[in-house]
Amino acid sequence: MGRMRCAIVGSGNIGTDLLYKLLRSDVLEVAAMVGIDPASEGLARAGAEGVETTSEGADWLIENAAGFDLVFEATSAWVHRLNAPRYREAGLTAIDLTPAKLGPLVVPPVNLDTHLDSPNLNLITCGGQATVPIVAAVGAVAPVPYAEIVSTVSSVSAGPGTRQNIDEFTKTTSASLVEVGGADHGKALMILNPAEPPILMRNTVFCALGDGYDREEVADSITEMVRTVASYVPGYRIKAEPVFDEDLFRTPGGDVKARVVVLLEVEGAADYLPPYAGNLDIMTASAVRVAEAMAAAR
Amino acid sequence: MTAAFRLTDSTLRDGSHAVAHQLTEDQVRRVVAGLDGAGVPVIEVTHGDGLGGSSFNYGFSHTDEMNLVRVAVETATKSKIAVLMLPGIGVKDDLRRVAGMGVRVARIATHCTEADISEQHIALAKELGMEAVGFLMMSHMIEPEALLEQARLMESYGADVVYTVDSAGAMTIDDARRRVATLKAGLSCEVGIHAHNNLSLAVANSLAALEEGVDQIDGCMTGLGAGAGNCPTEVLVAACEKTGWETAIDPISLIEVADRAVRPIRPEQGVIDGDGLLLGYAGVYGSFLLHAKRAAERYGVPTRDILLELGERRVVGGQEDMIIDVAMELQHRAASAQPAAI
Repeated sequence: MGRMRCAIVGSGNIGTDLLYKLLRSDVLEVAAMVGIDPASEGLARAGAEGVETTSEGADWLIENAAGFDLVFEATSAWVHRLNAPRYREAGLTAIDLTPAKLGPLVVPPVNLDTHLDSPNLNLITCGGQATVPIVAAVGAVAPVPYAEIVSTVSSVSAGPGTRQNIDEFTKTTSASLVEVGGADHGKALMILNPAEPPILMRNTVFCALGDGYDREEVADSITEMVRTVASYVPGYRIKAEPVFDEDLFRTPGGDVKARVVVLLEVEGAADYLPPYAGNLDIMTASAVRVAEAMAAAR
Repeated sequence: MTAAFRLTDSTLRDGSHAVAHQLTEDQVRRVVAGLDGAGVPVIEVTHGDGLGGSSFNYGFSHTDEMNLVRVAVETATKSKIAVLMLPGIGVKDDLRRVAGMGVRVARIATHCTEADISEQHIALAKELGMEAVGFLMMSHMIEPEALLEQARLMESYGADVVYTVDSAGAMTIDDARRRVATLKAGLSCEVGIHAHNNLSLAVANSLAALEEGVDQIDGCMTGLGAGAGNCPTEVLVAACEKTGWETAIDPISLIEVADRAVRPIRPEQGVIDGDGLLLGYAGVYGSFLLHAKRAAERYGVPTRDILLELGERRVVGGQEDMIIDVAMELQHRAASAQPAAI
């Protein structure tokens, strides 16, 4: 069987970073990059790599659907809400990199196998991809009544799509901490930092710990998960050992006597934007991971 | 008589920082009754970090802010109740909820270079029939012309007023004057100033802003607020009256409200201690103060070093998680700097 034929819809930061990762894949073929602005840099770069490009948007893709197996949506949440039913009708499987949250939420090391045959998979947000694995790792060995994450990205790495999506970002990421991470309650915070030179993507995970956890077990589970994520996002790392704080914390999941704090950093592979943009990297690396698993399961 | 500017009191929002978000319904009832009785036109009530701020990162609220907002709306007879919301922390559903509860003013805050993340929220506030306020935090970090560009974005989204916000209390009188003058010259909507007192200039900066034509000013009773505290509302009103700026508020009754309803919440408010001063001097977000003190205790490193390092890294409002990161790094650095045993 030949390589899976993929279309990237959206020629902004995410779409362009994804382009370079897909070009390296042995099982996926970038058959087209679909944009709406003929002057976009992403389309020019795709063209330079010999990839077919169009500025006629999703309409073009629907007309030519027979030539594709898979579409990566790298536009924005509201655009995906318009496109998704049309993809489905045209028989295209969609991997959604916007926070539209139409299909099941997928985080590769947590629940990839469960949703491989779904017609629409949602990759949550960069913050979700970076933090849900940690919440799930803590949850695997201890009760987590409440999980909270803070995701900070450099201003220059957040394009207009991300900025207009900030509300969806916050809500979808919060939901993923519960739906995929397994916490009883979840909350996500997103911060943009304009410092120059730009900061690397930062994520902080706070997990409330119910009674009966074992520090060593929790720490080991986190370390193991960091290693798993780093296997497909090489720049993903923990900044310091997990910090255990004992105090009375009055969380939305009830009063707890302890929490664990995990400080994470994501350095990008610099496929498109420089290394500070780990937020692009973790989304596109996760998307490739999901698509390659689909190809393997065919 | 008409007032020379519109006053918004933020004791029950910015003041939330000063008490680690432990405000109670009873305190809200008493403060709102006092401010409403004295004729303060707008009163802001929420967690210090705005709607949805209750969290590990910023501190959990003692009382659900929705209950505090409800009590404020019920207590006020003339004053409008306002809320703060930071896109990325609060969500649009929070705005819908408070609009339904009778909140009339939505203040949408972003870091001073990130105004474009407020588009959805300012538009929604207008759609819900609320006044929309654009709130550009840490305004000292960029030049007046750059601030104007960001303010114009907020105006274009529908903001009725755009504030220059001195979140770090780092502005000199000239800094405040130039920012207000530039915004006044370049915007058609109103302009506001929100001052902090780290350099003991909050009232002076607000008076200078009046000379440049500012339309709205924020204060907090007794200065109760983040960092070294805010522009003290009762002091501002008294100083305005003496200078000849009409406030339409009786200074004597406001002083009584300050002493009776607010001073007991935090009697030591008003002292600019070394750490508070350092925030203004180094230009660090005021709300970090209590978190840095707690981290200093938890990880055994000086508060001062944490604050200076945060300033060095140009951390912005909302990045309270960086305090843990910095404290741990300082702890680590101190440990590895110990002379080796011989």
